[in-house]
Amino acid sequence: MNPDQAQAVLRDALRDIAPDADLAVLDPEEDMRTAFDLDSVDFLSLVEAIATRTGVEIPESDYRTVRSLRGMVDHLAARSPG
Amino acid sequence: MGDFRMPSLGADMSEGTLLEWHVHPGDAVHRGDIIATVDTSKSAIDIEVFEDGQVEELLVAPGATVAVGTPIARISDGGLHRDVRAPEAQSPLAPSPEAQSPAAEAPKVTAPAVESPAAEKVVVGRPHASPLARRRAAELGIDLGYVQPARRDGVIGVGDVDARAAEIAAAASTATVTVPPAPAERPTREPRQAPKRDEAAMRQAIASLMARSKREIPHYYCQQAVDLHLALAWLQAENSRRPVAERILPAALLLKAAARAARSVPEINGFCVDGSFTASARVHLGVAVSLRGGGLIAPALLDADDLPLAELMTRMKDLVTRARGGRLKASEMSDATVTVTNLGEQGVESVLGVIYPPQVAVIGFGRIAERPWAVDGMLTVRPVVTVTLAADHRVSDGHRGGQALAAIEAALQAPENL
Repeated sequence: MNPDQAQAVLRDALRDIAPDADLAVLDPEEDMRTAFDLDSVDFLSLVEAIATRTGVEIPESDYRTVRSLRGMVDHLAARSPG
Repeated sequence: MGDFRMPSLGADMSEGTLLEWHVHPGDAVHRGDIIATVDTSKSAIDIEVFEDGQVEELLVAPGATVAVGTPIARISDGGLHRDVRAPEAQSPLAPSPEAQSPAAEAPKVTAPAVESPAAEKVVVGRPHASPLARRRAAELGIDLGYVQPARRDGVIGVGDVDARAAEIAAAASTATVTVPPAPAERPTREPRQAPKRDEAAMRQAIASLMARSKREIPHYYCQQAVDLHLALAWLQAENSRRPVAERILPAALLLKAAARAARSVPEINGFCVDGSFTASARVHLGVAVSLRGGGLIAPALLDADDLPLAELMTRMKDLVTRARGGRLKASEMSDATVTVTNLGEQGVESVLGVIYPPQVAVIGFGRIAERPWAVDGMLTVRPVVTVTLAADHRVSDGHRGGQALAAIEAALQAPENL
């Protein structure tokens, strides 16, 4: 999965959780929880939605790095097949 | 034959709009069946029937708005005369719908609104509408600014949106006959952006209830910082074994601990009506859910103290999702015996709540954060949460309140038992 595909997956997964979230205006280093006002249930739903779409189950120990757009995209690009 | 009445879905509800019947006259119904959906200013709520019986007659048509307590159907029940709240009334706990919602009396005496002239149809500023009405309007492409609310509080219900859609459809079908469209059809304002859920209507409901709470309930407050390193270490180990869909959040541990404390300190769990307190034998934990774009709703996790942690987590996720999607059940809206507000990981250090009448306590959890912590004469760093209690001085005092917080702290030191 290339970074563009990873970002598309993230955008799609976010749509149900935070319909107003706009990745285009997001600082890639910013904590998405702050930027999109995601609580812990939202963030878990996001991780779940990504697992459903890609098969990548992000361990809790990696949460710290995937909170930013860049961290999430890098993580997915590195872990997902294809 | 028994009257099935418009239930009070929380102390801030005085009337409701019947959206849809899920039964017909002649249908047999069983305890727990959802027989109707009702729209309030906060959410569309599915109404369950609390006893077995047969539907005899539906008294209110979809779209109609009636005061809490108004009979909306007749259900035969083999000679018993009870309404929708009746099973509750068997327990000493239960306040009557009126007691739960004193405000319900007021609107009954006001006359129905006079038919407004069409010229007044267009509201100034953002119209008030229920979340479901907004969603329906968005689906149908209806501008809420042209929708006339049927209910007296001026909040647009989904029935109003449907009526407007029918109006437009009728206007469109007659357009070929050169009849000008209805006066309301003429746009007099800028079309708005995509509709959002109406924060103003909800804010109004919250404000009036919280003002009543502060007026009537003598609050006292206490707080305790709780070390969570055992709880979080246990949870981390637990979650590393679980697939994503079964992971448990710290919030579930906190809720479970609060539910346990409510069971062990009954003075914070129950209802105070007309100055008289009745403890509840069951713990229905109201969970304050903040909605995107503002506003708050506190549906109940029923029997939270008895739920295994994994089950509680599943129910909590479901409840939060449905609260945000505007799809809750009546029992979840009216049965909470004590409320928890959890600021979560984006929150601040502590929160002191306002009690949701007729409940007598609200437990607050701040954000879990690393803090300096003294252990055996040494300073270390621990994940810490500040737990607060706001409780009703008519029922308990700081000493008892402190015991409730101590019970929460103790429960969180033995997470494997939660």
